[in-house]
Amino acid sequence: MAHTRLKHVWLLAVVLTGSLLSGCGPQYSEDADFSLTGSISIDGSSTVYPITEAVAEEYRYHAPNVRTTIGVSGTGGGFKKFSRGEIDISNASRSIKESEAEDARANNISYLQLSVAYDGLTVVVHPRNTWVKDMTAAELKKIWEPEAQGKITRWNQIRPEWPDQELHLYGAGVESGTYDYFTEAIVGKSHSSRGDYTASEDDNVLVQGVSTDPYALGFFGYAYYEENKAKLKAVPINDEDDSNGAGAIMPSLATVKDGTYAPLSRPLFIYVNSTAAQKQHVVDFLQFYFEEVPELTQEVGYIPMPLEKYKQELDKLKAFVAETAKKP
Amino acid sequence: MTNADRNRLKDKAFQFFGIFCTFIGLAVLAVFLIDILIDGIGRIDWEFLNNLPSRRAHRSGIYTAWIGTLWILLLTTIIAFPLGIGAGVYLEEYGKKSRMATILEINIANLAGVPSIIYGLLGLEIFVRLMALGGSLLAGALTLSLLILPIVIVTTREAIKAVPRSIRDGSFALGASKWQTVWYQVLPASFGGILTGVILALSRAVGEAAPLIVIGALAYVPFAPASPMDEFTVLPIQIFNWISRPQAAFTTNAAAAIIVLLVITFILNGIAVYLRHKWQKRIKW
Repeated sequence: MAHTRLKHVWLLAVVLTGSLLSGCGPQYSEDADFSLTGSISIDGSSTVYPITEAVAEEYRYHAPNVRTTIGVSGTGGGFKKFSRGEIDISNASRSIKESEAEDARANNISYLQLSVAYDGLTVVVHPRNTWVKDMTAAELKKIWEPEAQGKITRWNQIRPEWPDQELHLYGAGVESGTYDYFTEAIVGKSHSSRGDYTASEDDNVLVQGVSTDPYALGFFGYAYYEENKAKLKAVPINDEDDSNGAGAIMPSLATVKDGTYAPLSRPLFIYVNSTAAQKQHVVDFLQFYFEEVPELTQEVGYIPMPLEKYKQELDKLKAFVAETAKKP
Repeated sequence: MTNADRNRLKDKAFQFFGIFCTFIGLAVLAVFLIDILIDGIGRIDWEFLNNLPSRRAHRSGIYTAWIGTLWILLLTTIIAFPLGIGAGVYLEEYGKKSRMATILEINIANLAGVPSIIYGLLGLEIFVRLMALGGSLLAGALTLSLLILPIVIVTTREAIKAVPRSIRDGSFALGASKWQTVWYQVLPASFGGILTGVILALSRAVGEAAPLIVIGALAYVPFAPASPMDEFTVLPIQIFNWISRPQAAFTTNAAAAIIVLLVITFILNGIAVYLRHKWQKRIKW
């Protein structure tokens, strides 16, 4: 008995070590810097994750001895760890909240916010929906505000000429930064909306929902619309402010980038811990980040900021690093 | 129609109802398996098993994820196996039928029904923060051990209960102590059942993502963990991450990773069946 059991353990051990040894050797870029060592821990928003992942992947070839890890515990979950000093960088799809900033202060943590890309929250309907040509921000507010719960339930309640049909709503789950941003921009108060809608943290579930329901109305990140254009119809949004583009504006690479797709264009952020900003490998990673992110952003389906904006963010970073280095 | 005819008819009807019930479950499973196989089987190759995570779906692999999963399996076994069996043996062989024992029993049964994310929160407070293990493999394995302990304890007790009273009496009659009886008679006789329980519990643990995300397991880990204190990712987290990406190619990756995870689960279940069979044959009284 003991003998056979031993054999099983051995088998497992052999499989394990074999697999450890057979790891593929990554190729290094020509200017690879082997002298940089250390680890960088990143956590936070799953919306920002693909961007940071892309940068970390490229950075692997640039500084092979720096170990970068990224988690996806959500913007809120990320800030919780960030304000306890458990991580170096936090991915965030909204700005830090006052309560979270207070926690950070209580733990003596100072930080810097940097924008890395734009996202356009896209309002979508089913392709067979022929009546919606555009919507105003006020109409969206009327649909999504808390008072609408149980009352605004039919399309003709929004505009009388729209059909007398049930309105089915799909939106981001309440734990996500996307939900916070949408409610802030549309309802006027973060984290406040009606509760009787189909909510999911997984945008693909929302895509599935809207694309199979002719009376659906939903919202999610631009990348999910871009990848599913054939199954969805985006709604142009009118913010009734002609100073930043007149009339209803369709979300697109251009309109999100130049800010005319308002109020649903949003910046995506990373937050940097000041203690981490004193470490050479973290600073190097962040500089690499802002050099590479304009190109990588588009590759993973998000919208890059104008190039001068990236330069500004990089300058902000350098100033922050210089300032934290002065402190004892 | 006579009474006997009617009863025979009812009998037949119930038989068909039973067959129907059985096939509904199997049909759903078959549809799921076929769907996943169609989506993912073409994606599995050596590269997929050996590549690090990447933003390009076709270059992305599950190397660090499946190694993380194996690590978690190994550590969870090492932790949960002795603890679970020890507790089971105590409750069944030593524990007096006191009020305390009843309370323990009820609580263990209740623990088996606690949602896994609650264990994640418990693990975060105790192992990650209080014991300062961080988001390490060890913290993850300890959390999953808590999660499966109730199952291991319950199955251990069931297996021990199935050993006939006469075996123990015989052993005692020959002058064996309680410990000798448990070690030389009861445990060998019930070991097949115990192992089956442990392995089935492990195949539940291997599919968990939620508690591990809570304790701080990561999505992007570009190195294979080399010690129990290293950070890690596991297959279910990788699947969860890929499923929620916008690009369809990542969904294919997720399907392929699901196949790998299913293979691991099937292998575990296969081992369980094999062991039970082997131990049953060995027992001759």
